[in-house]
Amino acid sequence: MAERISAADVAHVAHLARLKVSEEEIALFAAQLGAVLEHAADVAALDTAGVPPTAHPLPVRNVLRADEERPSLDRQTVLDQAPRAEDDRFRVPRILGEAP
Amino acid sequence: MSSGQEGASSPAAGLAAAVREGRASAVEVLERHLGAIAERDPEIHAFNLVMVDEARRRAETVDGAVARGEDPGRLAGVPVALKDNLCTRGVPTSCSSKILASWRPPYDATVVERITAAGAVVVGKTNLDEFAMGSSTENSAFGPTRNPHDPARVPGGSSGGSAAAVAAGFAPLALGSDTGGSIRQPAALCGVVGVKPTYGLVSRYGLVAFASSLDQIGPFAHTVRDAALLFEVIAGHDPMDSTSLDGPAPSVLDAIPMGVEGMRVGLVSELLAGVEPAAAAAVEAAAEALTGMGAKVETTSVPATVYGLSAYYLIAPAEASSNLARYDGVRYGLRVEGEDVAAMFGATRQAGFGAEVKRRIMLGTYALSAGYYDAYYGQAQRVRTLIIRDFEEAYRSFDALLAPTTPGPAFPLGAKTQDPLSMYMSDVCTIPSNLAGHPAMSIPWGSSDGLPLGVQVMAPALGEAVMFRVAAALEGEAPPAPVPAGGRR
Amino acid sequence: MSGGWETVVGLEVHAELRTVTKLFCGCRNEFGAEPNTLVCPVCLGLPGSLPVLNRMAVELAMRVGLALHCEVRPSVFHRKNYFYPDMPKDYQISQYDEPINVGGWLELPDGHRVGIVRAHLEEDTGKITHVGGGGRIHEAAHSLVDYNRAGVPLLEIVSEPDLRSGEQARAYVAELRAILVATGASDGKMEEGSLRVDANVSVRPEGASEYGTRCEIKNLNSLRSLGRAIDHEAARQIELLEAGERIRMETRHWNEAAGHTVSGRTKEQSEDYRYFPEPDLVPVAPDDDWLAAVSASLPVLPAERRDRLAEAAGVAAGDVAVLVEMGLDDLVLGAIGAGADPRVAVNRAANEVAANLEAAAKLTVGAFAELVRMEAAGELTATQAKQVLAAMLESGGKPADIARARGFEALAADALTPVVEQVVADNPDAFERFKAGDPKIQGFLVGQVMKATKGNADGGRVVAELRRLAGLG
Repeated sequence: MAERISAADVAHVAHLARLKVSEEEIALFAAQLGAVLEHAADVAALDTAGVPPTAHPLPVRNVLRADEERPSLDRQTVLDQAPRAEDDRFRVPRILGEAP
Repeated sequence: MSSGQEGASSPAAGLAAAVREGRASAVEVLERHLGAIAERDPEIHAFNLVMVDEARRRAETVDGAVARGEDPGRLAGVPVALKDNLCTRGVPTSCSSKILASWRPPYDATVVERITAAGAVVVGKTNLDEFAMGSSTENSAFGPTRNPHDPARVPGGSSGGSAAAVAAGFAPLALGSDTGGSIRQPAALCGVVGVKPTYGLVSRYGLVAFASSLDQIGPFAHTVRDAALLFEVIAGHDPMDSTSLDGPAPSVLDAIPMGVEGMRVGLVSELLAGVEPAAAAAVEAAAEALTGMGAKVETTSVPATVYGLSAYYLIAPAEASSNLARYDGVRYGLRVEGEDVAAMFGATRQAGFGAEVKRRIMLGTYALSAGYYDAYYGQAQRVRTLIIRDFEEAYRSFDALLAPTTPGPAFPLGAKTQDPLSMYMSDVCTIPSNLAGHPAMSIPWGSSDGLPLGVQVMAPALGEAVMFRVAAALEGEAPPAPVPAGGRR
Repeated sequence: MSGGWETVVGLEVHAELRTVTKLFCGCRNEFGAEPNTLVCPVCLGLPGSLPVLNRMAVELAMRVGLALHCEVRPSVFHRKNYFYPDMPKDYQISQYDEPINVGGWLELPDGHRVGIVRAHLEEDTGKITHVGGGGRIHEAAHSLVDYNRAGVPLLEIVSEPDLRSGEQARAYVAELRAILVATGASDGKMEEGSLRVDANVSVRPEGASEYGTRCEIKNLNSLRSLGRAIDHEAARQIELLEAGERIRMETRHWNEAAGHTVSGRTKEQSEDYRYFPEPDLVPVAPDDDWLAAVSASLPVLPAERRDRLAEAAGVAAGDVAVLVEMGLDDLVLGAIGAGADPRVAVNRAANEVAANLEAAAKLTVGAFAELVRMEAAGELTATQAKQVLAAMLESGGKPADIARARGFEALAADALTPVVEQVVADNPDAFERFKAGDPKIQGFLVGQVMKATKGNADGGRVVAELRRLAGLG
C-alpha cells in the first residue's frame, strides 16, 4: 500500500490542530489515517466533473433574525466555568505570537 | 408492570396516560426506574450521571400539576434518558470527554426544554463515544457501556448509553444524536427502536456538535408508537437554529394506522451486499412481511451509496476538527497549564481528548488543509451530491426504502478498537441517510445467536409519516425478539 | 514619490457595524461595557450553541456595498480556522470566496477613483489585555480576555492597490468613513476601534507595471498614523531596494511614538486557515425586492452632496468637502435656495457654524438665510454678523431681534451719507489727501465714521461713500 500520509504530514496536522502528540502516536496515527485515506481513494479518484458540491442537505436560504436584544449571561456564572479568571476576565498564559 | 392496556404495546404512552389521568404517580414511576438503574446500571454503565434529586423534584412537580387539575403534557411523568452531549442547565454535560468532565452548561438544549414542557422527567445523562465519535461506546473517557443482552458485548454507538438505558428498562424513552448512524446502529444492537429524523426537523441548539451538517437528535423507544410520540414532542421549528426547518413538523402518530397497503418499498441492493447472512435474512423476511400486508416490494439500486462511508469519513472529521477547536482550556473545561498559550492549548487538547477524537480531528484537519481540500473534502461534498441524486431517483419509484441497520449483531468489547477502519464499517448502512439529510429508523427484527438485529426504514426528506407507517406495520409482524435480563418495563 | 519610485497602497478597513446586537446573537453591540457582561452561549462559543444571522447587519453591509457601487451578491459564510485566545470558537465566521459585495469603487474629493475588491461580513474577536511588561505582548507575564466584542459585526472593505501616497490613503479612509457614517453603517470612531485600518504597502520603479513585494502594516488607529506610516514604510522599502536588498513579505507594526514600523510575523509562517462553508448557517441571497428597498433607503452620499453644494455655491467640489463632512451642506443649500448670497453663506457656515457644530442643529435654515441676507445687504457689518450668528447658535432667536437687542441697527445708506459728509467737513486736510490718493489716510477717515456711528457702519460702504464724495467712485 502506498503511503497516503507521512509521519511529517501527521506532525504538521497535529500542530495545526494544536495536539501535542507523542512520537509513538505520530507513527500509529500515520498508519491508521493512511488506512482510512486508502479506503477513501475510491472517492478521491471518482470523476465528479460538473457535479456541484453539497455543503448542506437543506435547500434553505436567508435565515435571519431581527436585530433585537436578548439577555446576556450572568458574568459570575460564565467566569465560574473558567479554568482561570482575573479582574472579571479569562486569564491565559502569555501569548507569544500575534493574531493573524 | 405498566398501567393500562395501552402500556402493554407502548410503555411510554401508557405511563403518560396513567399519570395524566391520575392512575399513576410520576414519583412512583420514577422510583421504579431508579430502582432498576440502581440494580443493574453498575454492570451496564448506561449513565454518566443519574439525576436523582432533580428527577425527584421534577416528578413531584408533575404530580402536583395533576393534583391541581392541570395537564402536565404528552410525556407526563415519563422518565427520559438524555445522551450526555445534550446541554442541561447547571447539570454536567461531559460528552464522555475528559475535556468537558466538569462543565456545567448555563442553558438547556431546545429538545430538553421541549420534553420538559411536555411533562417528561429527565433521569440522567447517558454514556457515549467521546463527542459521539464511535460505534461501540467504548471511546468514552468514563469506560464503556455494556449491551444489556450480553454484557460482554458492546451496545453499539455512539448513543450506546441511551440505547442500553431503554433496552435495560432504565427509562422507557431516551434521546440520542445520529451523525452517521449513532441512534440507529445502537438501537439495532440493543433491540430497541431508534429514529434519525430529517435534517432540520429537530433543533440542534444545545446538542454539542460533532459534524454540524449531519447531526440530528432523535428518539429511542421500545415501540414505534412511543418513538413517534417523542418525535412529535421534539420536532418543529426553532429560531435558535438556522438550519431548523420552518413550517409544521410531520404528524406521525396519526399516520401510523394507515398501514402499508399499496405502498411501494425498495430493497437497497448496495446496502445488502457485504452484510452478515443473518442481517440480510432479517431484511428479506421483513420485505416478505410487507408484501404480505399489501405493499409492493422490489429490489432496487442506489449506486452512489457505495461511496457513502468514504465520503462520510472525510466530511464528518473535517467539520469535527473545526467544531472541537474551541476546547482550548480558556473559557471552560479542562486546562493543562503551559509556558505560554500555544503550549497550554497543545497540552490541554492532548490530555483532554481520547485517541479516536484525536484521530478524527487530525483526519479532518488533513482533509481541509491546503493542497488536500479539493481531493478530499471538496470531492466528498461532490459525492454527497451524487448520493442525494441517486436517492431522488430511487424515490421516484418508491415511497420508502428498506435495508439492514448494521452488518451484524453486537460485537464483543475490544473486538474492533485496534482497527479504526473496521469499526467505521459498522456505519456503512446508516451513513447514506445522514449524507442525504433524509429520515431513517431502525426497528428490532430478528436475531443472530440470541442477539437482536434491526432493519432500517428510510424515506425522503420530510417523509416521516411514510417511514413510521412502514415501521409500525413491520413491528406488528416482527418475529419474537430476544429479551435482555431485567426485561422490558 | 522620491527618486524614481512609486508607492503602491491597498487598504483593508474593518468597520464595526452599528447594529443593536451582535452578528449572530442577541447580546448588545456596545463599546465600553464592563468586561464579559455582553456574552451569551453563542458569542462565547459554548458547546451546543448555534449562530443566527442578524438581518440588520446584512442590510448595513448591503447599504455600504451599494454606496461603493459594488455588486451585491448571494453570499456564503465560511469558517476561518486558527487558534487564538480572543476567538471563542477558535475559528472566525467570515465570508470567503462568496462575499456579499464585490467589485465597486470610491471617488475621492479630488476625483480620483479607488477600486473596491470586496466588502464582506465577519465577526469581531474579543479583546486581550496584556498584564506586566508594560502591556506589551512579548514581555507580558500573562494576558486577560474580555469577550464583549466577540461576535460584533464587522464589514471588511478591501481596496484595490490604487493608492499612491500616505496622503491619498488618508483621503480614501476619510471618504470611506464619511460613507460609512452617511449610510448609518458605522460611527466611524477610529479611536474606539470602530474603524481599523491595515495597509498593504509596496514600492516599484516609476513606470513599472508589476507590483513590488508588499508589507502589511497593522495598528493604524488614526488618519495621522495611517499617512505617516505609509510614507515611512515606503521610504524604508526604497532605502532597502536602493541598497540592493530585497523586501521580505511580512506584517509590520506602526509605532506612533517612534515614528517607524517594526517587523511582526513573516508571511512565510502564515497559518493554513482551512476555510470551509459554515454548516451552521445557510446562504444569504438578497432578492430584488430587498435590494430595491435598501437602495431606495440610501441617503445622498458625500460625493454627490459635494457636487451639489459646489454647483450651487459656484466653487470647486474640494472646497466644500469640509462642509459636507460636517453635515452643514443642507444648511447652506437651504439658505442659497432661500435667496442668500452663496459666498457669504459658505463663509459663515465654514467659520462660525463649524466652530459650534453641536449647536448647529438648533439653527434653522430660515434664520441662517436671513442672517446671510442682512450681512449681504449691508444691514450688518461682517463683524456684527459673526456676533449675531454666534448668539443664534448659543441661544437661538431671530437675527433681526438679536441685532436690535445689541444695538446693531446698521445704518441704512441714507443714514450713512450725512455722517460721512460731516466727517469730511470736520477733516478737510485729510479729505484732500484722500482725494490726492494717499492710501494711508483712508483708514483714519473710516475710523472717524466708525467712531461717529459707534461701529454700526459697514467699512466697505464707508469707503464707497468717501470715494463718491471725492469724485473717485
